[in-house]
Amino acid sequence: MEEKIAVELKNISFGYSQDITNIDDISFKVKRGEYLTLIGHNGSGKSTIARLITGLLLQRSGDINILGETMTDDNVLRLRKNIGIIFQNPDNQFIGSSVRDDIAFGLENDCVAEDRMEAIVDEYSQKVGMKNFLDKEPTNLSGGQKQRVAIAGALARHPQILIMDESTSMLDPKGKRGILDLIHRIKKEDENLTIISITHDIQEAYDSDHVIVIASGKKILDGTPDEVFNNSQRMIDLKLDIPFFKKLNIELENKGLAKYKSNSLESLVNKLCR
Amino acid sequence: MSIKLKNVSYTYSQKTPFAFEALKNVSLNINDHSFLALIGETGSGKSTLVQHLNGLLLPTSGEVQVNNFLLSIENGKRKYVDLNKPQGKKYHKKQFNIKDLRKYAGLVFQFPEYQLFEETVLKDICFGPKNFGASEEEAETMARQAIELVGLDESYLSRSPFELSGGEKRRVAIAGIIALNPSVLILDEPTAGLDPQGEREMMELFKRIYDSGKSVILVTHNMDIVLKYVDEVIVMKDGHLLTQTTPLKLFQDEKFLANTAIEPPFVFKVAKELIDNGLNIDLGKIKDISSLVGEIGRVKHE
Repeated sequence: MEEKIAVELKNISFGYSQDITNIDDISFKVKRGEYLTLIGHNGSGKSTIARLITGLLLQRSGDINILGETMTDDNVLRLRKNIGIIFQNPDNQFIGSSVRDDIAFGLENDCVAEDRMEAIVDEYSQKVGMKNFLDKEPTNLSGGQKQRVAIAGALARHPQILIMDESTSMLDPKGKRGILDLIHRIKKEDENLTIISITHDIQEAYDSDHVIVIASGKKILDGTPDEVFNNSQRMIDLKLDIPFFKKLNIELENKGLAKYKSNSLESLVNKLCR
Repeated sequence: MSIKLKNVSYTYSQKTPFAFEALKNVSLNINDHSFLALIGETGSGKSTLVQHLNGLLLPTSGEVQVNNFLLSIENGKRKYVDLNKPQGKKYHKKQFNIKDLRKYAGLVFQFPEYQLFEETVLKDICFGPKNFGASEEEAETMARQAIELVGLDESYLSRSPFELSGGEKRRVAIAGIIALNPSVLILDEPTAGLDPQGEREMMELFKRIYDSGKSVILVTHNMDIVLKYVDEVIVMKDGHLLTQTTPLKLFQDEKFLANTAIEPPFVFKVAKELIDNGLNIDLGKIKDISSLVGEIGRVKHE
């Protein structure tokens, strides 16, 4: 049986101007229902990939398939309806004069009946923990609160593909965990929902299904979190973070303390204290 | 001289249905040459607080004093007093130009990269200094120094800020404030969205600025940064200042932390667990993984 592919990039290249290549011959597949994390240093081309997938930028060469269809000028608007995006900065995506209006804005565009709209707005504002703020002005919310509202607005439209462009980077640790838990929960409820998350959060990448590492516009690593993170030195060379104990072990080894290398707090305590 | 807030409250959209009190009776003292972090949950009032430090927001009630600049509200009117000037009976409504305060205390917003607007990076960085009276030539010299300080080379100066990556734009925007050479540098979540190396380089930059005798105040959610770099920490919650203390005392105070969303950095928890199990390392020395390994080496080689 053929696996369903939500997004496929085939030999995509792109440059913001003619003499620059920002994306260099990148190909990858994202299966339907998969949680993909795209990681890479700042300027590696991660956000550019997100903009190419949504048709906001046009590639120099190569094809992009969304849900089995090759994206063209004629179908880009229709295909884009399947994609919800949450950008890095929520201020760039606010439209309504209250939180309620803002979440409802996308629904109005989709011609959802007004009586249903209210229930949907209630449901999603509740899910992101912003129900008590429905009548507040978005401009008076803090960055993190705005981001929760943006997430509610995107999810309320039931997209098949949700792209998150560092959308938790402004939240406090508890808020961040709350949003990631929420995304995982929603994914469980709708197992066809495909998530493409651009992130520096190593834990988020660890908890995802599929990790792609981008550096200087090229695809460097592509695999499961275990496959990707097993190559610690490579990750460090790429200016990326690695999990705590992998980092600790490298330092212990460098200081001639290799016998204390551990993969968990428990084993570290055992080796050092007993 | 220093920064003093006395009973500062601030309400957004006062006298409208959207009125929201973001700061509630906050009093604090920040000494000269401080390296301080403001932490607290989303919406706790951190950003509102820092915007008071350069007069961008004026308190709804209470007083803000930054060095010799005193800002307050009296009978519903803004009052700007320069404490270096003799205070006669006759009160002049504005004793200082707000620009002088903004030059003294430079504020870098959240996502400063969204404020870039010029054709080239050079012009963008020069905008601030020129606005504060520098000549074209002086501004350019400042821009060249600033771009190097933030870790970009001079070739960036002729490029358009809009073709840079998010992290590079962030540095350019910060360079625009650094070029003003402020005595107090205030940054609202300066490392959010940067890759680990970018974050490290940015923090090393702020440390250099602090080491050169200035104050650095930053809003952050990153407890690893708090542990590793700053000397002092202020915790905000629901518009109130909960405490002003050292990172070590804060992360050790489990009773206090239980009432907040703050979690000590993982390296701190690891060190504490080792101590609780009898390893004789010094918790005060733990700043990051390197210093933890340093301490382990010390006790094991003794």
